[in-house]
Amino acid sequence: MSILVFAEHDNGTFKKSSYEALTYAQDLAAAKNLTVTALAIGSVSNLNELGNHGANSVINIKGNNLDIFSAEAYSNTIAKIANEENASIVIISNTYSGKSIAPRVAVKLGAGIISGVVSLPADDLSVKKTAFSNKAMAFVKLKSDRKVFCLVPNSYEVKNYDFSPSIKEIELDIDSSSVHTKSLNISKASGKIALTEAEIVVSGGRGMKGPENWGMIEELAGLLGAATACSKPVSDMDWRPHEEHVGQTGITIKPNLYIAVGISGAIQHLAGVSSSKVICVINKDAEAPFFKAADYGIVGDAFEVLPKLIARAKELKN
Amino acid sequence: MRILVCMSVVPDTTSKITFKDNNTKFNTDGVQFIINPYDELALTKALEIAEKNNGTVTVINVGLADTEPNIRKALAIGANDAIRVNADPKDALFVATQIAKVAKENNYDIILTGRESIDYNGGLVCGLLGELLTIPSINVVTKFDFENGKVLAARDIDGGREELECSVPCIASAQKELCEPRIPNMRGIMAARTKPLVVVEPTNENDFADYISFELPEAKQGVKMIDAANAEELIDLLRNEKKLI
Ligand SMILES: Cc1cc2nc3c(=O)[nH]c(=O)nc-3n(C[C@H](O)[C@H](O)[C@H](O)COP(=O)(O)OP(=O)(O)OC[C@H]3O[C@@H](n4cnc5c(N)ncnc54)[C@H](O)[C@@H]3O)c2cc1C
Ligand SMILES: Nc1ncnc2c1ncn2[C@@H]1O[C@H](COP(=O)(O)O)[C@@H](O)[C@H]1O
Repeated sequence: MSILVFAEHDNGTFKKSSYEALTYAQDLAAAKNLTVTALAIGSVSNLNELGNHGANSVINIKGNNLDIFSAEAYSNTIAKIANEENASIVIISNTYSGKSIAPRVAVKLGAGIISGVVSLPADDLSVKKTAFSNKAMAFVKLKSDRKVFCLVPNSYEVKNYDFSPSIKEIELDIDSSSVHTKSLNISKASGKIALTEAEIVVSGGRGMKGPENWGMIEELAGLLGAATACSKPVSDMDWRPHEEHVGQTGITIKPNLYIAVGISGAIQHLAGVSSSKVICVINKDAEAPFFKAADYGIVGDAFEVLPKLIARAKELKN
Repeated sequence: MRILVCMSVVPDTTSKITFKDNNTKFNTDGVQFIINPYDELALTKALEIAEKNNGTVTVINVGLADTEPNIRKALAIGANDAIRVNADPKDALFVATQIAKVAKENNYDIILTGRESIDYNGGLVCGLLGELLTIPSINVVTKFDFENGKVLAARDIDGGREELECSVPCIASAQKELCEPRIPNMRGIMAARTKPLVVVEPTNENDFADYISFELPEAKQGVKMIDAANAEELIDLLRNEKKLI
């Protein structure tokens, strides 16, 4: 029996979240005496990398209708391989793509499924998952024999292995009548770091006064290798695109470092960011609720504080 | 054109989350329940499509009788009728199985859900239902229109956006940006009183997941304040003390 990991990649390069999923699977496999099979769909250049992060064997499927992501074709493929490999557990990242295929895979396999997973199963086999928009955690146990887990990016540390996995490349023709969606256009912000996977996030709120002031947020983010985010009103007013809105009704993130500038720290905002490992808050109001959830705080005007941070970050870079 | 909207009823976003019975149950004392915010978007979008295509909108909820005030609210916003599957919504697969049974009997052209319920945050029901009904599912849509017999949609993808086309029947999950949620008006509230709300009993399907216990996030140790005059110290601390940058 094996654990199957769906290794997501972005235009041929594996995502960090895939390595996290592989490490997670390898730790789980070691405890249960199983092996880990990584499955990559489409053309990828660095299949060997999968062995470096915990895959005992690698399967790469290519074929018509698999170049562009489709929930139907991808879930069919994953379920087919899970059956051939006799996989008892399937690990998929808790990303947009992962979440659109994982439930379909679960139904096909007759498996139970848990999304938002942040821990390995405990002794009682329950795993910890986010709940109540990160205001709490739940311990959930699946009763089914087969299981699908969606692992939250940045919740499991990547480890290095030196496996030399067997690599099986398979050509598979997906019957086009089984795919009912047709991709018309994909637009990705180039050079930008995806918010859900970013290790550092710099975020601005209404205290930034207007979209014309975001240059400072972007400059600091650029220097720190961070993604940018914002509070809900900021995206509601179209100062920033809605994909940047974090919180209970926006994206949930858990970077290693979250820097919030001019954000008050409303309960709905905190819900989306409070599992960040270190939180820094910059706000001119010493009473802003966000300070209660912060590790570091600066009471001050963003327009005076940010330039200092930027200057120091520049110095260190040079 | 028949449209089904899946609606969950969740704690208001301002609720303080606490647990009881040794952290095994959500403490609902003093908690106000609302229509899941994403489901309000799904409902509004369904109404827009129904109005343009001479269609009807049915709302379905898997829940106990205490969800009925919120189901009436959905009827007041404009749904034609509602179905309540009389069961405690134990886990996503249980919920999806119940909805799939109703959907199979009624042949909906379009089914809409929310991106996720803000209580259990599964974000699974859309995909589960898609597979249970063997219809295509489109997650996290920011645009969803029915034109010339097919669906034109846009969805959030990791780091970007995809526009796509899909045949009906299909299912999609609503994301912010999809539309502005409608609120009920007086006429709607009056009309809702007499709109049909059918209660059906659940099928005896098993649930797959057991919620064993809950925990609250660890409180922060306390904040370390840095004087604004020496703000650059923050960068040094993050670098030397925390090794984050
Ligand atoms: C159903 C619902 C869902 C919601 N979901 C979300 C969500 O997902 N995400 C979210 O973010 N919000 C959400 N909200 C909104 C939330 O309640 C708050 O209104 C919002 O987070 C406030 O955004 P803000 O902190 O940017 O603005 P404000 O609350 O206006 O705070 C601005 C802050 O900036 C500070 N400030 C002003 N000028 C300066 C300056 N020059 N320098 C430094 N600081 C300055 C002020 O002291 C203040 O603390 C939701 C609300 C509802 C009702
Ligand atoms: N008990 C329920 N009854 C009806 N629909 C539900 C229920 N729970 C979840 N849903 C639908 O499924 C979506 C996603 O929920 P979840 O998978 O629980 O995050 C919600 O936005 C609703 O549209």
